Amino acid sequence: MRRAYFKNNWMAALFVAPQLLIIFVFFYWPATQALYWAFTLEQPWGGGNEWVGLENFQYILSDDLYWDSVRVSVIYAVATTALAMGMALLLALFADRQLTGYKFYRVGLIWPYAIAAPAVGLAFRFIFNPAAGIMSYVNQVWPGFWEPTLNGTHAMIMVIIAGAWKQVAYSFIFFLAGLQAIPRSLIEAGAMDGSPFLRRVWDIQLPLLAPTFFFLLVINITDSFTDSFGIVDTMTSGGPARATNLMVYKIYEDGFRGLDYSGAAAQSIILMLMVIALTFFQFKYIERRVHYT
Amino acid sequence: MTRSFIGSTAVLLCLTTGAVAQDNTQFEYWYGLSGQLGDAIVATCDRFNELQTEYEIICVGQDGYANAVQNSIAAFRADQHPVLIQAYDAGTADLMMSGEFYPVHQMMEDFGIEIDWDDYFPGIANYYAASTGELFSMPFNSSTPVLYYNEDMYAAAGIEEPPATWEQFFANLQTLKDAGVECPWAFYPSSWIHLEQMSMAHNEPIATNGNGYDGLDAELVFNTTIHVRHMEDIVEALNGELAYIRTNQSGINARDSFASGECANYFGSIASHQTVTNVVADSGLNWDVEMLPIYEGFERTNTVVGGASLWALSNKTEEEYRGAAAYMQFLATPESEEFWSTVTGYIPVTRTGFNLMVENGFYDEAPYAGREVAMESLTYTEPTENTRGIRLGGFIQIRSEWVSEVEAALAGNQTMQEALDTAVERGNTILRRFERTYRGQELP
Repeated sequence: MRRAYFKNNWMAALFVAPQLLIIFVFFYWPATQALYWAFTLEQPWGGGNEWVGLENFQYILSDDLYWDSVRVSVIYAVATTALAMGMALLLALFADRQLTGYKFYRVGLIWPYAIAAPAVGLAFRFIFNPAAGIMSYVNQVWPGFWEPTLNGTHAMIMVIIAGAWKQVAYSFIFFLAGLQAIPRSLIEAGAMDGSPFLRRVWDIQLPLLAPTFFFLLVINITDSFTDSFGIVDTMTSGGPARATNLMVYKIYEDGFRGLDYSGAAAQSIILMLMVIALTFFQFKYIERRVHYT
Repeated sequence: MTRSFIGSTAVLLCLTTGAVAQDNTQFEYWYGLSGQLGDAIVATCDRFNELQTEYEIICVGQDGYANAVQNSIAAFRADQHPVLIQAYDAGTADLMMSGEFYPVHQMMEDFGIEIDWDDYFPGIANYYAASTGELFSMPFNSSTPVLYYNEDMYAAAGIEEPPATWEQFFANLQTLKDAGVECPWAFYPSSWIHLEQMSMAHNEPIATNGNGYDGLDAELVFNTTIHVRHMEDIVEALNGELAYIRTNQSGINARDSFASGECANYFGSIASHQTVTNVVADSGLNWDVEMLPIYEGFERTNTVVGGASLWALSNKTEEEYRGAAAYMQFLATPESEEFWSTVTGYIPVTRTGFNLMVENGFYDEAPYAGREVAMESLTYTEPTENTRGIRLGGFIQIRSEWVSEVEAALAGNQTMQEALDTAVERGNTILRRFERTYRGQELP
């Protein structure tokens, strides 16, 4: 394989420097700070702190409700990823088949990605509103069918749909690009041999999409762990009864609202380690099954 | 990431506002109120700036009480903080323990500004005072909860008077339902109303040590008081479809469902009086407010203030403090109080301010009639050990534990007693953690 490289390493460093600086200021610096706070009891106004070792971690890990928060985060991550990628794949297959109006869909389906999470949350809050939204018609027929303000499962479903809807666009772009990169001749050959559409999808397109699929899996899982804050905040505020209290939202609640900086910092560290471990796991075990062309 | 974002935004704000050429002393004030109430704050700033030329106050909205405190902390740590911040009631203990403020009592004395501290209503002043009775922060927007009720619906159901007791209140719900009112009560789980203020009105403790005033080792006790029965009554009303949950998450909040004429009752801050007035202006709905009911067999005591006060943060120049003191002095004039209480539903905080408004006939006619109910509630008795206020660390988290557990009980996942037991247990863990963070220190 041909590789492009710089002969002059200083020049390379210069080009990378701005990016590294940004990563340092917005990631490594705060992350180190959080790491330090996680091992201390920090007074919010900066009046001083005390080294407490692993006490913050003990405090969090011995809390049943923290594990509850981990549990709902995992449910949310798995469900949004499956839903978003499933929908995206379906839509991409249709757009790739060049059905009527596919050019419009190709652009239109990308738009949702440009919408900020809180705006998505607000829109879906209206759609799923038990008293005034679309679901209110269902509630009129079957009273109590849809009660996201009281029923934790309903609230979770609502948040998952909103989260997945926002993710669909991103996966769609990649799936479509992946599909279009598959040589037409392969598919045409299959068609000439008489294999129907679904057969061709299953035997030709999906296996060749595996690298895209893997990439999206990693990104989507990571994203749903770390980027769900805006939706939860506007739709449920973590309720009812902590049913949608995802890990990121709990960090915000404890840290920013509750001013328990150390507890929140320790939770961030745990979340970070979890996401790193998950990604590592995916690369180690799932990537083996992926064949790059 | 969010943390650094807030920090950098705060820094940016300071840079942009600080860059203006100065010929007078400028100082910043970060406030938390938003919407119509935020506009009212800006109006007080404009009035102050027009009144004199020596100082110029720059008022920066932070969109929410919690944000105002968070952003101030981030800015404070970067030494870019404003002189004044508006901090909410529940954050009082955190700010007091920080020590990073200029006590307002001291500040006024240092600059020779005379303020008659005894003029402040004790139910308000005690919330923000040191153990010695001197005020740390300036009481500002102050409210207390009241019952909002729909007079038309009451009349249609044959109810002549607003309920004085909770027994009567719950009985009324049934009467209203029987008279065809679909939604007798728009309920939302508010710890401020149904835990804190309700306990105050009954002279029942929320925590030991006089609700935390006498030391950081206080423990929550609200799972053993009249509060339990109250919450159980609420569950019963909800199960009997005499009450419905109305929150922003369910699409329409309690205030709006009351103002739109859907629900017959709702409990809320007196500060919403103006908003409800504005909303019902077109529909011509008749409504009024009344003090929180109390249970039979209890003597009514005063409720306490909710809302926010103004804190002067430390590490600023003397000139800036002078400006801040001038602004606070300006806010404390009876005229300013009247202006503030007119454009919002908040109450005056001094006796002089209140008396002036009474003399001017402010409370005699619509749309302001009824707001005196809040004053009556706040000053019903002299504050007792249990009704001075609440001084518990991490109280925002304790409130949210209460809400989560109560929600679980309302959904039928546990009994109310179990919910309150858990809330107390978890709340106590938070209190111990707060005590540990400030080990060896005492409440000032």
